[in-house]
Amino acid sequence: MYVAVKGGEAAISNAHAWLAEERRGDPALPEIGTEQIGEQLTLAVDRVMAEGSCHDPSLAALAIKQARGDLIEAIFLLRAYRTTLPRFGTSLPLDTGEMRVRRRISATYKDLPGGQVLGPTFDYTHRLLDFALAAEGHAPPPAPEAEPGEDAACPRVTGMLADEGLMAGEEPSEAEPGDLTRTPLSFPAGRALRLQNLARADEGFLLSMAYSTQRGYGANHPFVGELRQGEVTVEIVPPELGFPIEIGEITVTECQMVNQFHGSRTEPPQFTRGYGLVLGRTERRAMSMALVDRALRAAELGEEVVAPAQDEEFVLSHSDNIEATGFLEHLKLPHYVDFQSELEIVRAMRAAASPPAMPPVMKEAAE
Amino acid sequence: MSEATTEQRRGWMGVLARAGAKGILPRLEGAPPLPPHSRLRGPEIGLTMLRGRAGGDGAPFNLGEMTVTRCAVRLEDGRVGHAYLAGRDMRGAELAAVLDAALQDPERRPGLMRAVVDPLAAEQAAAREASARKAAATRVRFLTMANMR
Repeated sequence: MYVAVKGGEAAISNAHAWLAEERRGDPALPEIGTEQIGEQLTLAVDRVMAEGSCHDPSLAALAIKQARGDLIEAIFLLRAYRTTLPRFGTSLPLDTGEMRVRRRISATYKDLPGGQVLGPTFDYTHRLLDFALAAEGHAPPPAPEAEPGEDAACPRVTGMLADEGLMAGEEPSEAEPGDLTRTPLSFPAGRALRLQNLARADEGFLLSMAYSTQRGYGANHPFVGELRQGEVTVEIVPPELGFPIEIGEITVTECQMVNQFHGSRTEPPQFTRGYGLVLGRTERRAMSMALVDRALRAAELGEEVVAPAQDEEFVLSHSDNIEATGFLEHLKLPHYVDFQSELEIVRAMRAAASPPAMPPVMKEAAE
Repeated sequence: MSEATTEQRRGWMGVLARAGAKGILPRLEGAPPLPPHSRLRGPEIGLTMLRGRAGGDGAPFNLGEMTVTRCAVRLEDGRVGHAYLAGRDMRGAELAAVLDAALQDPERRPGLMRAVVDPLAAEQAAAREASARKAAATRVRFLTMANMR
């Protein structure tokens, strides 16, 4: 039996040429620029950076254009690009308490220091299609401004609860966290690796896992203690300088979910938290991450692990959309020989079961 | 004029990093000419792993990477300048490194601060202020009594 193992080069090349033509669309229309994507499809760019686990808005915009808007394909492109770069080092931990807040809300306190700052949000929009946007050339009026005032500083809500002794504190630690881009995951992973995994996890998966905890798969009664979004300064300490320098600012979203905890033999009843921190303005993602983080702390807090969202191995092993896509899409690769053997087995079984009634079958499927 | 303090150097390095080539180039037009330099390293693009803290104030974790451009240069007087910038900006990193070296020279510093660093710092402060003012306009003012009719 001979099976072709080469060939298809011309077909592949022609397929890619057609792909490029399809990507461009109607040539009578202006081509979309990566700068336009970067400025006007900002939340798509943010998602690609978060799940691509690489902050670079212009690269993410290029990836979105190249992927024709398929965000998972774009994330794949960004992940592939980052593997070509050397790593210069790590940043100091971002100080989200010092964030230049664009948006900051709390569902637990109406009147809190710094107040409820809505920022540029979709909340309270009517979710009616705005046909005015279909007509081009209407620049919106500049957003109103107001005096920030003396009381504009936004202290952390979790700090307010901790001051009363009602919030379980975080262990102060400078432990060097594991890095799943360097060492493959093994279990138990621990919280630092869980947070890294969740920060780059597929948003749909995170959302579904978070939703499952709300619907009762894992006891969880969460409040948005605080959601904040804005710019934080990135600082590094280059070894040749020996002191920290600021290298720029990035936009992040942070969510502190507050959950009830009934206490244990060693801990008094108090609130516990789930934490979400993500690149960009991806608020749904930060909230989902915080819920899943809290669910995954079940074992540590002495809760019974009964639901998928509480199962570290299940969540962390299935959260990455590039790994998932790779394993799913490999099914498109030639499985001719595998299938040939299965075919042989089915034929043999059928022959054994009812030899006289066999219909004529195609021979040698792979030829 | 004396040698720059670490705090001063941190200050201008931060301003130049935020500005990048797009911000620095127009400011060089009215500035004293930059001294000749040789490249010690780069400009080159790489990654920095960003870190956060669990709960905002707990143990560090790896959040994700970001692209960074770095450059190191030496002036003819032997002064060495460094630059690290968020993003991919080779021209910006080299300019920032040359400026870092030149700004360490007490003779050159006042002119370059006046023409380049101070105006860029003012621009950046104004942009932050504008964002804070827009945020302030979206702060909810709860009324004690609301008429529901």
